[in-house]
Amino acid sequence: MIGELLTGAIRSGTSVLYASAGELIAERAGVINLGTEGAMVAGALGGFAVTVWTGNPWLGALGGGICGALLSSVHALLVVWRGANQLASGLTVMFFGLGLTAFFGRSFVSASVEGFNPVAIPGLSNLPWIGPILFRHDPLTYLSYILVPAVWFVLSRTRLGIVLRATGEREEVVFSQGFSPRLIRTFAVITGGFLAGVGGVQLSVAFTHAWVEGMTAGRGIVAAALVIFAAWKPFRCMAGAYLFGCAQSLQLVLQSRGADVSPFLLFMLPYVLTLAVLFLVERRRQSRIPEELGRVFSGPGGG
Amino acid sequence: MVRKIFHGKFMRKAILWSVLGMGALYLTACSQGGRPVSTLPTGSGAQTQSTDAPGTGGSAIGFIFVGARDDYGYNQAAYIGSEAVEKAFPELKVLRKENVPETAEAERVMEEMIRQGAKIMFPTSYGHLDPALEVAKRHPDVVFFHQGGLKTASNLGTYFGTIWEPVYLAGIAAGKMTKSNKLGYIVSVPIPQVLLNINAFTLGARSVNPNATVTVAFTGSWCDPGQQANAANTMIDAGVDVLTQHQDCTKTVIEIAERRGAMSVGYHADASSLAPKGWIVGSIWNWPKLYEEMVRTALDGKFKGSKFDGKYRGGLKDDVVRLTGFGPSVPEEVKKLVEEKKQALLDGTLHPFRGPVKDQKGEIKIADGEIPTIDKLESMDYLVEGVIGSIPK
Repeated sequence: MIGELLTGAIRSGTSVLYASAGELIAERAGVINLGTEGAMVAGALGGFAVTVWTGNPWLGALGGGICGALLSSVHALLVVWRGANQLASGLTVMFFGLGLTAFFGRSFVSASVEGFNPVAIPGLSNLPWIGPILFRHDPLTYLSYILVPAVWFVLSRTRLGIVLRATGEREEVVFSQGFSPRLIRTFAVITGGFLAGVGGVQLSVAFTHAWVEGMTAGRGIVAAALVIFAAWKPFRCMAGAYLFGCAQSLQLVLQSRGADVSPFLLFMLPYVLTLAVLFLVERRRQSRIPEELGRVFSGPGGG
Repeated sequence: MVRKIFHGKFMRKAILWSVLGMGALYLTACSQGGRPVSTLPTGSGAQTQSTDAPGTGGSAIGFIFVGARDDYGYNQAAYIGSEAVEKAFPELKVLRKENVPETAEAERVMEEMIRQGAKIMFPTSYGHLDPALEVAKRHPDVVFFHQGGLKTASNLGTYFGTIWEPVYLAGIAAGKMTKSNKLGYIVSVPIPQVLLNINAFTLGARSVNPNATVTVAFTGSWCDPGQQANAANTMIDAGVDVLTQHQDCTKTVIEIAERRGAMSVGYHADASSLAPKGWIVGSIWNWPKLYEEMVRTALDGKFKGSKFDGKYRGGLKDDVVRLTGFGPSVPEEVKKLVEEKKQALLDGTLHPFRGPVKDQKGEIKIADGEIPTIDKLESMDYLVEGVIGSIPK
């Protein structure tokens, strides 16, 4: 049963992981993007559509990422270059994305795609116990395994990462070094949107092979919450995403085992869990938040 | 002093904005339209209505769907029905709106269609009932045919099919075809219609295979591919080899089953093209003939007192519900068995829910030899023996 749970956790959690990693990059640079949900759903539709048109899921993944990046660039423009309130702009972009995709996605509801299918990695997938859990997934999931270490490496061990983090802590320092904090933030938000878009592609082209309007069902919002839960550390984001996936999978495993728990209670589980961990880390969070991001929440909320 | 108040720059701006705001409010209120509070015409409308029967004299027929017409499911079946109506009544315009949510928004959409001349309305989703009842109160000259509801009005009748009959037969086929004796049912919420289907399927499967069990997963939604994928994968991991579902959109589960080598039993619409290897059989609606009959009744002014004025339930023998064709992997003896049982259903010698029927705890819910009425079936609130899964109390 644990094996089933963990496999399910990875299946459900991967799309959230992508979005969460993307949002981490944006928040480390000092911008919160609640429009991640919109970017995810835009990526889901974009990826699905491109896969239908070209038959190549990798092109689909690229296309979906670009769609997510485009939507997030609206948020970047409003927040970084026009000084809009970050929270309001993010939510607006989210609803915009949901509406736009519902409209353009109409003709894709009954389309079928080959998409990404689970590929067992030879050798590794036969390892006792962890083999079937980790190595029988689709290619985008395998990519996500290296995404988080890559994000960690770039953020903490490269010059680009330091500049990005500094933009989120003290932008005057970055400015005095000759960089433009605005450009860096724009880049961070767009990258975040790209990754969220790829997360959406994983959902539509790899996991469900379907498109339905609003299919992300709040995963983007959960991703944004998870970044806070993870105290802005990449590996904790990964843990959080899999925790969410685990909760989603738990309710199904419990049902199939015949546990006498109300299904409605079980549906709430992933979201309640997210709220609970947010509450628990509330106190520690205050000291770890990137300073510029902290100003978004305490001040009138600028760019 | 008045001059002092009204001459400040701030004051001027405030006045400008409040005038604009009120103007916007006024315009929105006007564009609502169709709201009955207003005007004289309702008076003369009431007069016309007492001489004309409801449903007559219209120039259009309205259909509202909760989802997309090509969902390989519930809405697709209703849409096909609307196309048949269009063909059969070319002198009338058929108005359609998809993705109408089950909220007051549905009222607005129906009012708009009535304004465009519709005197016959088909709200096709379960949750469209309450909005439809509201609109029906305001327009006694319009006939409403609601799909699946349990409440009626003087100008609103509900219709449905005893879909559990073909679902029972599909259960028989699944019970015969399963190798692991584990069947899976993916559903949304535990309303009586859904529980009825699960129970019919289980009773059918266990009537030919007493070792079969049916695992139920509630996804909480009528169409959430993420949840469906989760449920389907989890079930297959646990050994289930036949998947069926009660969802509005059926494509995701069937494709996943096909991809992972499990068999599928369809619902709402024939999706056998999606599962060339694993399709066993499916239960579908046959709305076209029924819709045509309903529209004809309404147009002739004969709605009141007809069989549609109330809760109409068409059965297998009325051809309102049907079994699809069998998939290529189904052996001859299974097909013959299902045909025999179907004949027995039509003859009346076999009833899926003839007692004794026990629930999961072993309590007798339908007494030995009893044949429950349709009302009793449509208020079912338990799961039968052999179902793994529970419903909230």
